[in-house]
Amino acid sequence: MKYMMLVCTDTEPDKDPSAAPDIEQWVAERDANGQRVTGSRFAPPSAATTVRVRDGELLLTDGPFAETQEVIVGFDLLECADLDEAIEVVRAHPMAYAGRIELRPLVED
Amino acid sequence: MTDAAGAVADAGAEAYPRIVAALIRVTGDWTLAEDCAQEALAAALERWPRDGVPANPGGWLMTAARNRAVDVLRRAAVERRKLRELALLTDPEPAPPEGDVVDDRLRLIFTCCHPALALEARVALTLRTVAGVPTAEIARAFLVSESTMTRRLTRAKTKIAAAGVPYRVPTGPALVERLPGVLAVLYLLFTRGYDASGEPAFATEAVRLARLLHTLLPDQPEPAGLLALFLLHHSRRAARRDADGDLLTLDQQDRARWNQAEIAEGVALLDRAGSGPYALQARIAAGHATAPTAAETDWPAIAGWYDELVRRTPTPVVRLNRAVAHGYAYGPGPGLDLLAEARAGGALDGYPPALAVEAELTARLGDQRRAMALFQAAADAVRSEPERRALLRRAAELTRPARRGRSAPS
Repeated sequence: MKYMMLVCTDTEPDKDPSAAPDIEQWVAERDANGQRVTGSRFAPPSAATTVRVRDGELLLTDGPFAETQEVIVGFDLLECADLDEAIEVVRAHPMAYAGRIELRPLVED
Repeated sequence: MTDAAGAVADAGAEAYPRIVAALIRVTGDWTLAEDCAQEALAAALERWPRDGVPANPGGWLMTAARNRAVDVLRRAAVERRKLRELALLTDPEPAPPEGDVVDDRLRLIFTCCHPALALEARVALTLRTVAGVPTAEIARAFLVSESTMTRRLTRAKTKIAAAGVPYRVPTGPALVERLPGVLAVLYLLFTRGYDASGEPAFATEAVRLARLLHTLLPDQPEPAGLLALFLLHHSRRAARRDADGDLLTLDQQDRARWNQAEIAEGVALLDRAGSGPYALQARIAAGHATAPTAAETDWPAIAGWYDELVRRTPTPVVRLNRAVAHGYAYGPGPGLDLLAEARAGGALDGYPPALAVEAELTARLGDQRRAMALFQAAADAVRSEPERRALLRRAAELTRPARRGRSAPS
């Protein structure tokens, strides 16, 4: 199954940041074993543009679609057998300590 | 109940989770599995009184459920592979204990109790799928409508499918990490059944599931401890209330009505139960269950187990119970000291049992006037009417001299 990892900041990070694993190593290992399909960091929300079409008219808004304290700072696309495997991948990511990570399965037909 | 109907109930209780678990494993369809298991039971209720109880009732039910599933899937034109696997599904007996063959029911329990599901959903799903409790009954216990509970169960099953929750028993360190979550669901199930306003059948279900878990994971100490704890509490169920339905404290209960078979089974399990939180609670319960009279309770031993329990789970309520035990073991003074410790930082403010304990210890210290006021305050704070009556009765007793009352959690 494919899982989208939405990597998010958190207002209450882990108290011991030194416990977090190294991101370069995380990426290298998951790229090597095929669990990570692709991924990237995002530019800050100030660079975001929100797009809608209403009554045929293009509406653009400066900024992200939701103004929240937490900000999505990146994503990784995973290929895992099941949720437990995906959870093991995510718990080894530094942002599980410094922020929070949402695991969203992709709908695959 | 006719003999045949009784046979259906017996065989169903034993075979239901195995049938559901096996059908889920092969088809991956939770609702189909439950429907087919239910329909097999309904068919048995119709046929067995007429045709006689089959030689292998569990096997009969499994075959009926499997045939039903084959029909449904054939109509839905599902892949051949699933149908072939279904056709081979005949053996309703438990998997052999040796080797790496995992019992289907264990897979089902771990999936229902997966931490990616909300806790209430885990409890409801376990009741529905593993124990086969009707949705309407679960809804009543959770104080929601049947349609709300149906939606909640559907949402949980949808999440299992959509999120790829594995149908598997974790192994190694993952098992150690996940097992407490499974035990917590059973514990919640038991307390829901054991509460003053609970559904008593849930306590019985929790005992059954804990026994199943212990049978399937005989080398893990905590399931043994949990089963022991359940049995030792469950043994008192016939003696816990008076004629008005009011809860009786341990010293007021008729010990002849305690279930000695459950006590013996619970005590025997302690050897294999280790020293985890459930095992410690079970040892405490065993201390009460094996005392011939309330006066002969080995309070110093119970106080010692509470010391150990506080080290592992230092919650305010555990600290409160520890204060009670020390109060009986070493006198009201030390009890009150530990009560003050339990209350540090306002942890038990407005918690009626803390007031009741303070009242009891104060009475035994000899300050009857203050004790009466505390019992009154506790009675004002509780929500349950039977508990309120019991506290007022205790306050009234203090106006009559020379009765040395004692109370402990029932």
